[in-house]
Amino acid sequence: MNALTRASRASPQTFMQEVVAATPGGDTHLELCLQCGTCGGSCPSGRDMEHTPRQLFAMIAAGMRDEVLKSNTPWYCVSCYYCMVRCPQEIHITDIMYTLKRMAIKEGYYQESTAADAPDFSETFIDFVENYGRSFELGLATRYHLKHHPLSAIKMAGFGLGMLARGRMDLRPTKIQNIDQLQAILTKAKELSNGSFEPGGAS
Amino acid sequence: MKYGYYPGCSLEKNARAYHESALVVAKRLGIEFEETPDWNCCGATEYFAINALAGYALVGRNLALAARQKLNGQGNQLVAPCSACFLNLSKTDHYMAESPELAEKVNSALAAGGLSYEPGSVRVRHLLDVIVDDIGYMTVAEQVRKPLYGLRVAPYYGCLVVRPDYQHIHDEPEYPLCMDGLLKVLGAEVVDYPVKTHCCGGHMTQISEETALEMIRRLLKSAADYRADVIVTLCPMCQLNLDAYQEQVNKHFGADYHIPVLYFTQLMGLAFGASPKEVGIGKEFVDARPALAKIQEEPPQNAKQKRSRPPKGALPMPSMLSHHKGGGQ
Repeated sequence: MNALTRASRASPQTFMQEVVAATPGGDTHLELCLQCGTCGGSCPSGRDMEHTPRQLFAMIAAGMRDEVLKSNTPWYCVSCYYCMVRCPQEIHITDIMYTLKRMAIKEGYYQESTAADAPDFSETFIDFVENYGRSFELGLATRYHLKHHPLSAIKMAGFGLGMLARGRMDLRPTKIQNIDQLQAILTKAKELSNGSFEPGGAS
Repeated sequence: MKYGYYPGCSLEKNARAYHESALVVAKRLGIEFEETPDWNCCGATEYFAINALAGYALVGRNLALAARQKLNGQGNQLVAPCSACFLNLSKTDHYMAESPELAEKVNSALAAGGLSYEPGSVRVRHLLDVIVDDIGYMTVAEQVRKPLYGLRVAPYYGCLVVRPDYQHIHDEPEYPLCMDGLLKVLGAEVVDYPVKTHCCGGHMTQISEETALEMIRRLLKSAADYRADVIVTLCPMCQLNLDAYQEQVNKHFGADYHIPVLYFTQLMGLAFGASPKEVGIGKEFVDARPALAKIQEEPPQNAKQKRSRPPKGALPMPSMLSHHKGGGQ
């Protein structure tokens, strides 16, 4: 993603509005953040984050687009929903983290974060889902680890053998019967998402 | 009572023990499952990070197929034993109801496959909730043939069944008790420990191992501090992380934990008199047999009802006002 593409996204929207618009599922309440810090205090992986969710929301309000999208914070969100049930303003925090992940991927920012491998894990996971309709652990682990952590592939191989020995891993992916139907649905969904719920809107 | 059944990818293989034991238990309790035909993956925690609408449409296909099952001639109930599947199914249903715009877009996508889904037409249930709420402790108690006397169990709920709890099932998402009660009915000694709804790290084992191992360590430490023989889970991800990564946690932190991690349905099956093999015992990395050998024929004579002090170095339990001595109350 280059500066030109980024500039072409310039719109009268604030960054906050952009984040909210890209988060489906009703009112996110993001603009109601009180900066109380309950989210960060509840976060089990918070100590590895560059910014607590509270900080990140203040940065969103301040329009610090680059800093927010470069932050490793969304990638360290484990989707445990602790912050979400404790937030006094009922902000859809976990969903906003997902939105920030999508924005960071789309604009290429994540490559500068300390969690640069994370998007590829998600991409590889869904690649199997899109091709077979089911997840495929062996394929996911092999493809992802050989690409990103070849040195630890031996350790992973031991783990995989343990899984196989216990009959806990398939050697081959399972394909659903009506994969064509699923693919038609997903293709249509991606087509539709160009206009809404995705960062930047129509491109 | 007939329920739709959505096993999810994990139960097909990695959590086969959960699947097998769930079916054993369901049969004993008179629960009839009809698997949703040709279901697909729920997307776990990955699809929403890539494309939100496609993520909801992926789950929407499952809901649409489940709605078509037309069980009991009325509104369908769909049982998902996996926490992530349960969350994604109920989240999609909930957000489609909350946001007409999302419902319309998901339905436009589903239409490309000749499907549609009306939010609210399927009631998504977790297996634990069905057993505790629909079947009830009394009926479960009637099936107990081999009580789990003397076995100290740590009920581990994890995240997604209790949070964000879109359907408001749990009175207290931070301190649920339904599985505690269920395990007591089986005769087990339930350990009250402070991290029962903490996160196992989810997919972080693959993305930032350091982060994940620390989260797993905290759980194992707390269960060990409270002298649990077994950690009891209701989620394939939690089981995998705590069981298969236990050895790595030991190596990484110089610890020596040997706590088997079993599904609640496995313990139910054993208490109902099923054989260990029938309920998938033996598929775990940390051998459960030494712990299960602690089960006694008779209830422990000096079973202390009194709440004991937390062990030294353990996280304290949140204290209630009534437990304060000599206060002004």
